Amino acid sequence: MLFWTLLKVALKGLLANKLRSFLAMLGIIIGVAAVISMLALGAGAQQQVVERISSMGTNLLVVHPSWHRRMGVVLGTRQNLTLSDAEAILSSVKDVKGVAPVVRGSAQLKYYNKNTRSSVIGTATTYFPLRNYEIERGRSFTEGEVERSSAVAVLGSVTAENLFGVNEPIGEVIKINNLNFRVIGVLKPKGETGPFSPDDMVVIPYTSAMKRLFGMDYLNEINIQATSNSALNTVQEEVTSLLRKRHKTPEGQEDDFRVFNQAELLETMSDVTRTFTILLGSIAGISMLVGGIGIMNIMLVTVTERTREIGIRKAIGAKNRDIMRQFLIESCLMSGLGGALGVAAGVGGSKIVEKALEFPTSVEITSILLALSFAVAVGIFFGYYPAQRAALLDPIEALRYE
Amino acid sequence: MMIKAEALVKTYKMGRSIVRALDGVSLEVRDGEMLAIMGPSGSGKSTLMHILGCLDRPDSGTYFLAGRDVSRLPSNQLAEMRNRHIGFVFQTFNLIPRLSALENVELPLLYGGARRAKEKAKAALASVGLSDRIHHEPNQLSGGERQRVAIARAIVTEPAVILADEPTGNLDSKAGEEIIKIFTELNAQGRTIIIVTHEPDIASCCKRQILLKDGRKVKES
Repeated sequence: MLFWTLLKVALKGLLANKLRSFLAMLGIIIGVAAVISMLALGAGAQQQVVERISSMGTNLLVVHPSWHRRMGVVLGTRQNLTLSDAEAILSSVKDVKGVAPVVRGSAQLKYYNKNTRSSVIGTATTYFPLRNYEIERGRSFTEGEVERSSAVAVLGSVTAENLFGVNEPIGEVIKINNLNFRVIGVLKPKGETGPFSPDDMVVIPYTSAMKRLFGMDYLNEINIQATSNSALNTVQEEVTSLLRKRHKTPEGQEDDFRVFNQAELLETMSDVTRTFTILLGSIAGISMLVGGIGIMNIMLVTVTERTREIGIRKAIGAKNRDIMRQFLIESCLMSGLGGALGVAAGVGGSKIVEKALEFPTSVEITSILLALSFAVAVGIFFGYYPAQRAALLDPIEALRYE
Repeated sequence: MMIKAEALVKTYKMGRSIVRALDGVSLEVRDGEMLAIMGPSGSGKSTLMHILGCLDRPDSGTYFLAGRDVSRLPSNQLAEMRNRHIGFVFQTFNLIPRLSALENVELPLLYGGARRAKEKAKAALASVGLSDRIHHEPNQLSGGERQRVAIARAIVTEPAVILADEPTGNLDSKAGEEIIKIFTELNAQGRTIIIVTHEPDIASCCKRQILLKDGRKVKES
């Protein structure tokens, strides 16, 4: 009953000095808005990183040859990964779901007068499921076509558009470094754009790539899919020891290959974005503290202005804690209201960022609750001293105050 | 015996010198009495009222209010005594701005945790003739009306004593007469009233008068 009356009085007081209250709340508003939008940006970035890494494939390990160095100078990559390495991994390592050997190169693609440079991936049929590529139109190549080194190609969506525009590419013959390949399928876009788009490429059987196109007898990558996420680390260990044995690497010497572990990368990247989010969030939090000082300032002014009212309240029987409570309610109302406005501004701001910069943001309910409770805590903390000053006023002095 | 004060002493420091605002004042007020405390400024009547009103404690002497020694109580218990047993009426009305007349009158009940505060507050306002003004804020009321709201606030808790400090000092004579009329009516209903004043006209409405000078009681009639 008393609480509602006090709340009503506090609200009336705020409304009676609209500009002043707004300015006092501004620090909190900006602080909360900053915290909300920073956390939203961080969560969005995290989501994007996770999405991007998992779009590369699931439970993926990629083996690359290591750098070939002499006297610390990188001379190029080694040429020590072979098809038989890939076959050995598939046949002797446990918990391996699939293996795809990969040779990479870049080539000039031509279709009549259209010309584009694109990366060429020579691989096996297992590559598509491993790397989460889906066929949009046409088909993928068959194992028979791999065996026969057939001149068939599956185009990434961007490449297909570069060469064919709106025309149907399936069944057409294109030239890859002046060799004829028949287009048999087009991949579903992964949705990322830019110079290193995973959709700008052409996939052909590795046999055709090694023998016809590039004349290579080694692999650039071996892609390995583990049966489950939890098996990734043991598969990585087993692959490492298998390859060391096959490459006759003496003990104590470095591996002549590198293994890229998707789970590890995901963890590292998530850690990075999380740290970044915490950093931004705490900088935003500091502005909330500054906002709290603004509230403290205005509360001190309010207490002085209302000294006489405090005297009256004490004369009719308000105890020190009643006065204390009244002013704490007022400062919390101010910071809570500021917090609510800040949440609105923060949510609106991150939506605008999302629209304008096409950067994903994600406002989480926990960050709203966190920011709101932090705002109220700031109100209590910075309202305490003014409220205590009010509570300890001598009633006679306060009644005499003009 | 509602009030029984004995040998009250209160001193203040004014720079280097020490002022004895009350120098051994004793006072008894019976239930249902109407008493005037008079004296020139600096006579100690405000200090006496503050002590009688439990706003302040005497340096020495004892003060029994409603059978309880309150001369040494800590401030929170003094606040409770004020809330239950004292009703203040001030010269400058001292209503809280931005609260309606009704809310002002309700306030002591809310601080005291009383039930049915709104009904009691309405009844108190009705008894001072302000039933039609309960939702007005103080700045929408005339001086006389404000003082009547203040009286309603003083009587709403059914206190043992009503303490009025120059209640007509800020009013024109017509409004002042009305206020005094209300006080005499309340007294006729059995309420104990102490009026601090320096106007002999007002004091003459009281059956008993006390004259203070230099912190001492010099005359009682």
